[in-house]
Order: sequence, then structure tokens, then C-alpha cells
Amino acid sequence: MSDQAIVEKLKAKFSSAVLNVVEHRGETTVTVEKERIVEICTFMRDECGYNLLTDLCGVDYLGQAPRFMVVYNMYNIDAKQRFRLKVPVEEQDAKVDTVSGVWGTANWHERECWDLMGISFNNHPDLRRILMPADWEGHPLRKDYPVQGPDREPYQGRVS
Amino acid sequence: MAFNTETMTINMGPQHPSTHGVLQLILELDGEVVQKATPHIGFLHRGTEKLSEHRTYHQVIPLTDRLDYLAPMSNNLGYVLAVEKLLGITDQIPERAKVIRVMMAELTRLKSHLVWLACHALDIGAMTVFLYCFRERENIMDFYEKISGARMTSNYFRVGGLSADLPEGIEAEIRAFAESMHGHVETYEGLLTGNKIWQKRTQGVGIISKEAAIDIGLTGASLRASGVDWDLRRDNPYSGYEDYDFVVPVREECDTWARYHVRLEEMRQSARLVLQALDKLQGLQGAPILADCPQICLPPKQDVVNTIEGLIHHFKIITEGFKPEPGEIYQGVEAPKGELGYYLVSDGSPRPLRMKIRPPSFVNLQALPQMVEGKMLADVVAVIGTLDIVLGEIDR
Repeated sequence: MSDQAIVEKLKAKFSSAVLNVVEHRGETTVTVEKERIVEICTFMRDECGYNLLTDLCGVDYLGQAPRFMVVYNMYNIDAKQRFRLKVPVEEQDAKVDTVSGVWGTANWHERECWDLMGISFNNHPDLRRILMPADWEGHPLRKDYPVQGPDREPYQGRVS
Repeated sequence: MAFNTETMTINMGPQHPSTHGVLQLILELDGEVVQKATPHIGFLHRGTEKLSEHRTYHQVIPLTDRLDYLAPMSNNLGYVLAVEKLLGITDQIPERAKVIRVMMAELTRLKSHLVWLACHALDIGAMTVFLYCFRERENIMDFYEKISGARMTSNYFRVGGLSADLPEGIEAEIRAFAESMHGHVETYEGLLTGNKIWQKRTQGVGIISKEAAIDIGLTGASLRASGVDWDLRRDNPYSGYEDYDFVVPVREECDTWARYHVRLEEMRQSARLVLQALDKLQGLQGAPILADCPQICLPPKQDVVNTIEGLIHHFKIITEGFKPEPGEIYQGVEAPKGELGYYLVSDGSPRPLRMKIRPPSFVNLQALPQMVEGKMLADVVAVIGTLDIVLGEIDR
């Protein structure tokens, strides 16, 4: 099944929830409503064969609204195909429903996304920090978090 | 009289020789049986993804060396392929660069698997094979040093090609080594496969079914030992892998024994691939190693030191970098540990807006609790070894 066919299938089933379809360098990215992400991911797994969630991460587009995107890179092991879904997340309501019930592997990816990007996941079985210490404050991968650390003098040399 | 039983919680790591780095496991034991295993990671977190957002695309390459430090060139390869895809120059990479990349990636796979076998065997009581594996690994380290200048942090690949061509005479050395590798693998097999203790420590240990393995996201040899016939080199080929002849080993037993056999066979196949790459290189002597993209690739060092135009060109690329069109791509490669992926987002500036690394070890480690819970404590060590984790890329 081509990417196009999957987009058509998604649109037929979740017409109102598909917000945007972009193709770049031969890869299709579909943005969907975050309220229906679990439903859509279940559909992708059961009806389109995307049985492996390769990766899940957050992206911070500071200065734009909505500020965050949560990105789901998935793979169909039988058809050897990739597909990408994204959901927009507002800064004031930085919460998404967990997909760890759809793919078990999402568990740690979502913990990492919470830890580094500060996007929390509803109904997650074990939402703790994973890479940073348990008592760390702040979320380092946010764009407004300084690269030299929260309480250090900014680096005076070249940062580029 | 009723026995009063209670569980005991013990701490394994982060300073423990069999955790292969700074991995901490909290184990809840009932006698010798593991009731619950909780991995704690992050002790080696260096903020690679954050740092990459503050560097130009070329400056990120050395950071990738330090992810899976047992297989630096595989990390380099995934990253440069991702940037090339983002730039849309994938089809402009010269043939010679592609062949050398494949050759180095396969030597890297051998190098990584040698460390895996050595440490895995040492952990569960077979010491001899460790010394043999490290002897062979030393050869690959020497090639690394001659080719890239460094034994571990190679930083050899560039966006668009390679940083330098191969030094003179190295092909013959690599060929001799790759030809000897088959016999070496036979030696390891001779030391382990027929060994009763090795069999008892690996057969039926750390079982994970096909469905559970896919659900938890296992990739690479661990997934192939659970009966899934999938290898990115063959199924989504990159860097010219479609032109090589190799076999993807698959086993159905789902245990440590099966993973051992899959990786041993991968070592034989890697040696074959290296030889095939060397054959291809013979017809590509003196061919270019960098794409003809002056906006992206650094000029030859000769020009930089001898001509003012070359110097300016070099200076411009180093100080300003290059600006990929806004967009996002994902590139996965078959690293020794599994699928290594880079998800890159560009906003049109010379630095990545976001670089997400999908490290295979991070995801594979997640399978550890379900593989050891209900099993003996001694099997935890075997399972850590068989998952072939490297904390450098787990913690990033």
C-alpha cells in the first residue's frame, strides 16, 4: 500500500481529524488531532499493518502556535514501509493520550518525551523521568532551556 | 508451621562489570528468582540532542561517534545519510564513497559483534574466547586508526562523502583480515557451541516471543532470533546495499542460544560483504570520494592551503554551514545493535531544529524486565549480554 493509499484510508475513516498532509523528500507526514491519536494509532496498527513503533518524540517549535508536535514514526515489518504521524500540542495543555497500550515500546519513548520535552502522557503506566535525575527541574530539550544549563553563566566563547 | 517469606531488593550496578557500562538494575528477589527488575538509565546522559541543535550539520558528526562507542562508523553513516536525505543529494554520492562506507560499516559490525561475543562469553564463564575476540578486534582498530586517524572516535564520514581517501596499501591488509575472519568465527564456535556449560547457560534463557518482541520494539539480531525476517540493509537498502550478496540469518528459538547463532552468522556475512566491497573498490581507483556539491562539501585540503579561493570556500562552509530546505525526514540504518534512526527537522537554518536519535539499545533494553522476571538471578547477566546494549547510545 502506498503512502497515498494510506492517507486516503485515514481520510475516509477520520476525515475531520486529519489536519494536514505534507510530503518531503518522498516521506509523507500526516498531522492529526491529538484527541483521537489512540484511535488512529490502533487503526494504523490493526488495519494498515504498522506493527512496529520505531520512534516517538517531541519537537519544540518555540514561537509558533501550537508550540509542540509529538511525532510517531512507525514501520510495517511485512510491507517494509514507514509512515509518520504528528499531533499538535499546545503549551498550556501539554498532554497527549498515551499510545503505550497500542505499542508497548511507546512506554520508554513517552517517558523520555516527558523528561526532556515536558509533554505529559495521560494514562501512562509509569510516567517518571528516565534520562535526567528524578529530582531534576525543567525539561532540557525545550528551546527556552539554555544549552549551558539553568544556573550557569552563558558560555562566552563560540557556541555555534 | 508456615514459612515466613519475604522478598529482598538488591542493587545491581551502576558499577558492575556485567552491566556493560553504567546501567543500574533494581532487582526484587525471592530467593534466587527475580520477581521484578527495574532498569535505571541516564548516568551517561550528555545531551547529544540538545548540543546538536547548537551546532552546524557538519559539527554534529563527532557527537555521533560517541553514541554507540563500539560502532562509531555505523552512527556516522546513519547521520550523514539522514542529512543527505534532508538535503536531497542522496543520488549524488560518488560510488567510491558509498562502497567505502559499506566496507567500514561492515568492519564496524564485526568490531561490535566481537566485543559482544567477548563480553557475553566472559560474563557467563567462558574466558578464553574473550582473548581471541579482542585479538581480532585490535586488527579492526588498526584499520580505523590508519583510515580515520582515531581508534574509536572516527569522525570519518562527511555529508556528501568521506573526509579522506583510503591510505595506500590498506586494501590488501583488510582483504587478508576479512579472509581470515571465517576461520576465526570457526574458532569461537569451536570454543563455545559444543560446550555443555555454554549450552546450559544460553538455551531456553531470555525467551521473548515474536509478538512480544515486535510489540516492545526489538530490532536487529535480537528480533531476527525471534523469527522475524527483517534487515534494513536488504529491505530498505541504503548506500548501495542492494548491489551486495548476503544472507540474513533468522532463527525461531527466541532464546539466547538463537541470538548467539544469528550474530555469529552475521559476522561471517559481514566478512563476505567486506570482501565484496574490496572487489568493487578495485574498479574505482582514483574515483572521487566527495559529491560535487560546492555549497555543502568542503573543498580538498590541497586547495585550502594553496589557493585563496579554496580557503574562502572552506571558511564559508565552516563558519556558515549549509541550509537545508525546511522539512523533516527519518533515516534508519541497520547498526550492529539494531535499527539506528535519525529523525531530523530543518527550519531552513544551518542548524537542525531537532535531531532525535532512535538508539537501538535504548529500545532493546526495555525488553529486559519481561525477559528476566520469573527467572534466575544468574540469567540476568546472560540476558544483558545477549541484548548487546551500549550505554553510550542509551543515555546519549
